[in-house]
Amino acid sequence: MINAVGRDIPEEIIKATGMQPFKGSFARNGEEYKKAAPTVRPRIDPTESKLVDSIADVLKKCGIRDGMTLSFHHHFRNGDKVVNMVMEEVHKMGIKDITICASSLGSAHAPLVPMMEDGTITNIQSSGVRGAIGEAISNGKLKGLAIMRSHGGRVRAIESGDVHIDIAFIGAPTCDEYGNMRANGGKSDCGVLSYAYVDAQYADKVVAVTDTLVPFPNLPASISQVNVDYVVEVDEIGDPAKIATGAAKPTTDVRKLMMAKYTTDVVVNTPWFKNGFVYQTGVGGASIASTKYLGEIMRERGIKMGLGLGGIAGPMCNLLEEGLIEKLVDTQDFDLTAIHSVATNPNHFEITGSEYANPMNKGAYVNRLDYVILASLEVDVNFNCNVVVGSDGVISGAQGGHPDTAAGAKCTIVITPLLQGRIPAICDECTAITTPGETVDIVVTDYGIAINPRRQDLIDCLKKTKLPIYKIEELRDMAYAITGKPEKVQFGDRVVGVIESRDGTIMDVVRQIKPYEWD
Amino acid sequence: MEVTSTAMAGTLESSDCQVTVEPGTGIDLSIDSSVINQFGKAIKKTVLETLDRLDVKDAKVTVVDKGALDCTIKARVEGAVFRASGYSEDEICSGKKLPWGGAIR
Repeated sequence: MINAVGRDIPEEIIKATGMQPFKGSFARNGEEYKKAAPTVRPRIDPTESKLVDSIADVLKKCGIRDGMTLSFHHHFRNGDKVVNMVMEEVHKMGIKDITICASSLGSAHAPLVPMMEDGTITNIQSSGVRGAIGEAISNGKLKGLAIMRSHGGRVRAIESGDVHIDIAFIGAPTCDEYGNMRANGGKSDCGVLSYAYVDAQYADKVVAVTDTLVPFPNLPASISQVNVDYVVEVDEIGDPAKIATGAAKPTTDVRKLMMAKYTTDVVVNTPWFKNGFVYQTGVGGASIASTKYLGEIMRERGIKMGLGLGGIAGPMCNLLEEGLIEKLVDTQDFDLTAIHSVATNPNHFEITGSEYANPMNKGAYVNRLDYVILASLEVDVNFNCNVVVGSDGVISGAQGGHPDTAAGAKCTIVITPLLQGRIPAICDECTAITTPGETVDIVVTDYGIAINPRRQDLIDCLKKTKLPIYKIEELRDMAYAITGKPEKVQFGDRVVGVIESRDGTIMDVVRQIKPYEWD
Repeated sequence: MEVTSTAMAGTLESSDCQVTVEPGTGIDLSIDSSVINQFGKAIKKTVLETLDRLDVKDAKVTVVDKGALDCTIKARVEGAVFRASGYSEDEICSGKKLPWGGAIR
């Protein structure tokens, strides 16, 4: 069946998953539903302890068995040690058919690949996957399906009961013996625990895994004792050097600086750029540089940002310190400056993944965005974006908050260099679609910008500026003139992954890759 | 042009390609590319056209491409073929001067 972004969703996948094809970004607006709920084992006896000696013991206490769903968060990014630690024990016990429901997985989780091959892990649900796991999935090594969800979409899936978590393992930089978890003050600080909050609320069993046990009460807690069954102390939950980096060196790449300039020019020439505007940006070189340019213009014109949202890095914290931003509302910290800021600055707040981006709650922060600055691997001539599947057909990225923020923001700006080596970023058709073009307003490349024809208001604002504005087809033609027209990736038949829309419908499917055929 | 020895041109840097030309019978071409999915056929066509233009009938040609544009691929094939055929910048040594502006376009 052809869905609303023109992708053919196979009937057998619709049948197997029970999911509907994507019908449009706002199709489920106002649709009532009943939330799921966990099974709770209360602890009335005040003499019971929550402390358990080892991961193996806690798995037994939680009743680990074949076919369970285990969940994890990705706030430790590529420094995470919790996923591998838990799964090694599960593997040793000979448990099979596990579904991993993680907020994201990265290259640190390559040790899961042999567990996919031997049937320990048969399903993966994640924002995305990188490195060896992505290659393994794309080569058909996972028995079941990989489901890629946006950050908001994952919360929706858990709250609506599309996925039920049996045991949640929550890595906590600090924790007390009764399960109050914080993301600061330990050895492996990650700043916030936003994406783990829903796991704590909806999993049957919740296990805090910490390497820094602190005296009770560990307050203010990101995750409260009332949702925690057990606490396990281990040697190391993460590698601090890989959790957060120092300040990123500002880019000197002239292409990125040019795209940053265009991006800032778009922002300051549209009507929402006024006191109190709400803004989200990324951590790519061009995004960081555009934050710097934006700061200069805010200073010059005396305009303050009311709210900076989402994943936070140093440059946004610096603007907060300077008083150019009123409040930062944070779901993930990308560097040490951000981790320090959320721990110390009273105007820097931690929020949950649901508050950030869940489309099926009563109003997420993304809905309040004036601007979001995003990146994309590919953008097609209908403004659809792909951030999950590499142009070689291998799953190599993550949805993150891309579709959530794009749907919420008044002005969604996607930055992409026109060419990535020989691969044109602006193309006839994306290898896969993660973010529908109806929610993408402006594409910024190093060769010029394109405005979505659905947004006549933006075209009217920006045609008076000196910005080099083209039709998106013209940008594609410029790219193809240099690289040649690319062939479509040759996929095999088997569907290995589903790219789920934030509302739980099917945006696209990803098929197994196969060796290139010359004829 | 007759390929008499083994020669190489290009690097394995991003956006370049490394071409190795060896003596052989007929054209024996192998291509490995980081962008094979999108441009496999285009690369093959460019390499074969360039060999044809240089009148190379017998050679084993190995291309390791890192996303080079067509112009780069042509230049690397030309470089490897001329080197493998005894041409050099220094005609006193080789007796064969590179035909800039002639066969090399």
